Amino acid sequence: MTIQAQLLPGTLDLLILRAVSLGPLHGYGVLLRIEQISGGALLIEQGALYPGLFRLIRQGLLKADWGISENNRRAKFYELTTAGRKRLREETESWNRLATAMASALGS
Amino acid sequence: MKLFDSLRSLVTVLFRRSQMVREMDEELHSHIEHRADDLERTGLPRREAERRARVEFGGYQRFKEESRQALGGNFGETVVQDVRFSLRGLRKSPGFTIAAVLTLALAIGANAVVFSVLNAFIIRPLNVPNAESLYGLWRIATNDMAESYPDYLDLRARNHSFEDLVAYNIAQAGLDTGKDPYRSWIEEASGNYFDALGLQPYIGRFFHASDEHGPNSAPYIVLTYAFWHSYFQEDRTVVGRVVQLNKHPFTIIGVASPEFHGTLSFFNPDYFVPMVNHPQFDESDMNARGDRWIFMTLGHLKAGVTEAQAIADLNSIGAELGRAYPKEDSKMNFKLARPSLYGDYLGRPVLAFMTGLMLLSGLILLAACANLGSLFAARAADRSREVALRLALGSSRTRILRSIFTEAVLISLAGGAIGLSGSIVLLKQLSVWQPIDRWPLHLAVTPDAKVYGVALLLSLVSGFLFGAVPVRQILRTNPYEVVKSGASGRIGRRFSLRDLLLILQVAICAVLITSSIVAVRGLARSMHNNFGFELQNTMLVETELNMAGYRGDDVPPMQKRMIDAVKEIPGVESEGLADQVPLGDAQADSYVFTDDTSELKHSNAAAHALMFKISPEYFQAAGTALLSGRAFTWHDDEDSPRVAVVNRQLARKIFGSEAKAMDGYFKMPSGTRIQVVGIAEDGKYGSLTEDPRPVMFLPILQSPSNTAYLVIRSSRDPEQLATAIRRTIRQIDAALPVYVQTRYKAMDAFLFAPRMATISLGVLGVLGAMLSVTGIFGMAAFAVSKRLREFGIRIALGAQRTEVLHAALGRTFGLLAFGSVVGLLLGLAAGKVLAFIVYQATPWDPIVLTGVVLAMLLLGLVASWIPARRALDTDPLILLREE
Repeated sequence: MTIQAQLLPGTLDLLILRAVSLGPLHGYGVLLRIEQISGGALLIEQGALYPGLFRLIRQGLLKADWGISENNRRAKFYELTTAGRKRLREETESWNRLATAMASALGS
Repeated sequence: MKLFDSLRSLVTVLFRRSQMVREMDEELHSHIEHRADDLERTGLPRREAERRARVEFGGYQRFKEESRQALGGNFGETVVQDVRFSLRGLRKSPGFTIAAVLTLALAIGANAVVFSVLNAFIIRPLNVPNAESLYGLWRIATNDMAESYPDYLDLRARNHSFEDLVAYNIAQAGLDTGKDPYRSWIEEASGNYFDALGLQPYIGRFFHASDEHGPNSAPYIVLTYAFWHSYFQEDRTVVGRVVQLNKHPFTIIGVASPEFHGTLSFFNPDYFVPMVNHPQFDESDMNARGDRWIFMTLGHLKAGVTEAQAIADLNSIGAELGRAYPKEDSKMNFKLARPSLYGDYLGRPVLAFMTGLMLLSGLILLAACANLGSLFAARAADRSREVALRLALGSSRTRILRSIFTEAVLISLAGGAIGLSGSIVLLKQLSVWQPIDRWPLHLAVTPDAKVYGVALLLSLVSGFLFGAVPVRQILRTNPYEVVKSGASGRIGRRFSLRDLLLILQVAICAVLITSSIVAVRGLARSMHNNFGFELQNTMLVETELNMAGYRGDDVPPMQKRMIDAVKEIPGVESEGLADQVPLGDAQADSYVFTDDTSELKHSNAAAHALMFKISPEYFQAAGTALLSGRAFTWHDDEDSPRVAVVNRQLARKIFGSEAKAMDGYFKMPSGTRIQVVGIAEDGKYGSLTEDPRPVMFLPILQSPSNTAYLVIRSSRDPEQLATAIRRTIRQIDAALPVYVQTRYKAMDAFLFAPRMATISLGVLGVLGAMLSVTGIFGMAAFAVSKRLREFGIRIALGAQRTEVLHAALGRTFGLLAFGSVVGLLLGLAAGKVLAFIVYQATPWDPIVLTGVVLAMLLLGLVASWIPARRALDTDPLILLREE
């Protein structure tokens, strides 16, 4: 079992954006995708996902629509808006800069 | 913007709320189902998989709540939620809700009434354009606003400070429109009156300065709207009609607008007539500079003129007039006064009284808040398990506090609404009420926007005030403790906020009860006081012979005819006649001089004496004791030497002692020598609270008067007697309006202030008592319910009833006693203030003291009866089994 890391504050939104950027997903799917892309290293309390999703909807970064899932159940699917795509790009860049800086600061 | 957003989200939420919540639920459930599907695939049975999925999901309600907040619209939504939640909570405890709402309704209603009256008299300006620059002329030396007509004309012509000066006088006149003669109240106004005040007529026209062409030149009438409505039924054809005033033809030329009834705030005359026609209404000499018959002179200050400049201007005119007419116009110094309440004369007592009342009703509201605060605290304590549970389930403290405040504000708004509607009903009644039968006085106290605003504000403030009481309690709640051990933790803390509130409340109540008992006692005593005349079995008949056209030499024979005719009425024991009566409408007065004074100017006067002109049998009829000497006879007429009866005070003032006064002489300002033939007892003449005043009685035949009161002593039923008197006088002259009332009723004007004070204090006292009862009840009930289990154990262990009672209510009674003592002491201090309004109000009276103690004791007993029964009836078996 991999060691699971606590999420840094503010990173959940970025993870959601990243997860959704690969294609429309319903809530549970977002959760699975994050687990998958982080290699299971990041732990998210399942319910905590939703306040994050709604926060992004409200900021106009995501849009949502009802549809039918692969399990043949009704679910709400989320995808990025243009603003969301732009935000993801910016946030990713600034995160990378921060990560590099932190890594070099801590590594030297 | 934030507010706009909130409002928009509130509206959206109201419409889309249920749909949103449904969707959110569906989505979250869908998540759990998906998770369960996955778990099922790993081999778990479906039910177990669903259970696991729910557990993994975490606090469903919490995330749902957070999601909703994240979506926005949380402001509006939580308000709606809070309101619904509170309403549900309040519905569950109707007793608490009704008690709280009624308590507040009473307190806010009382405040709204008091504030309306304050608003009507003090705050709201007169209903004329630019009322803020309108000032009346106040004479400092005589301390009134009266002027003579020539002085008024000079002041008007010579001043540079006022736009224009107008004058008016209040008088009575007999109005004859072909119906019964009607005794009407009029304002004689200067010709420029309406124009200078900037008024427009409702119909017809006003009279103007251009209508004045010397004495009796303008026989015009302008009706007030109210009189036009009540007497002429709003008949528009009345304009142009000729009616008889005091037997003189006058033409009705117009009706004033409904809002205008003169510039004296509570006085409502029937109509206005031009002042130049004064000789037709009064025998006083219109053109005598010394005869100050004008009631008030007033005008708008010119723009840019300060009060000080205007006063300096007036004073310099006064000085000029003083030099030109040293005898009449000496000491003409002015200040400016607000006309609506006759300057400070009524303004100050009304302001003082209303401020006092406002303060008291504010205290009542505070007591109500204290009461509700402790009710709320008790409720919060009762609900501490619920609160703890909510906290444990993840509700935030702010959210719980918010729901408490919502509850408080809901209650306060409901209470405010009910209180305000009650007060509106009461104020409507008050507005049509005529407090003093004889005078056209109305208290126009209908509430306006300001009153509604204040009521709303008070409601909100009090809601937050009592809502804040349980805050600390909730913030301190430790959910684990409470859930584990039950709510009955902390007792026996030495002193809590709730105790303080109760003491405060009891003290306020005790102050009110003390002052109302003091007022009632004072009032009762003042009715049994010696006034220098009898109140019992006395009737007063007011006649003004001028109204039926009698003048000069016709007057005395007519008055004699009336006296003789009334004497024939069965049951009349004695009757006299006087131009004015003590404690009546008005008093004539004069300076008097010792016989050896040669220069008869004011500064040399021996006394300033009231003057009553009376018929021979007056003393007997009025019940005034003649201490020595003789009363007058019908032979004390114009042909015989001038004589007077003086009261003890005047005898002492002029002659040094009563013994020296008999048969001695004194002088009037005219130089007339008058011999004292009798000495009468002192009495009350101008007010109930006055110090002894010097008074002289003169024979009416030696100084005739058109105005006369018949004073009739009879033990017959007043109603019957009044009818008989009216019939008798109508037989003598059908055109003479008469006004018959008992001597008691005639005192109304003097008892008005103390009665109002007593009633107000009484009402507030009762309110205070009710609040105290509920407050003490709440406290005692709370104390008992908290310790019921302990009492059960005590009783089971063999405690005596008295011991249980002591344990249950000892603290409450201790607080009650302490509060009462504080209140009583404050009340004793307040009694001193009260003595200015209510004659002989003194708190140092055994009846007052025992009354207060008994009342407070009674309150305590009533309030703690039920809790005490509950404590005593505790059945240890049931209790111990239950817990």
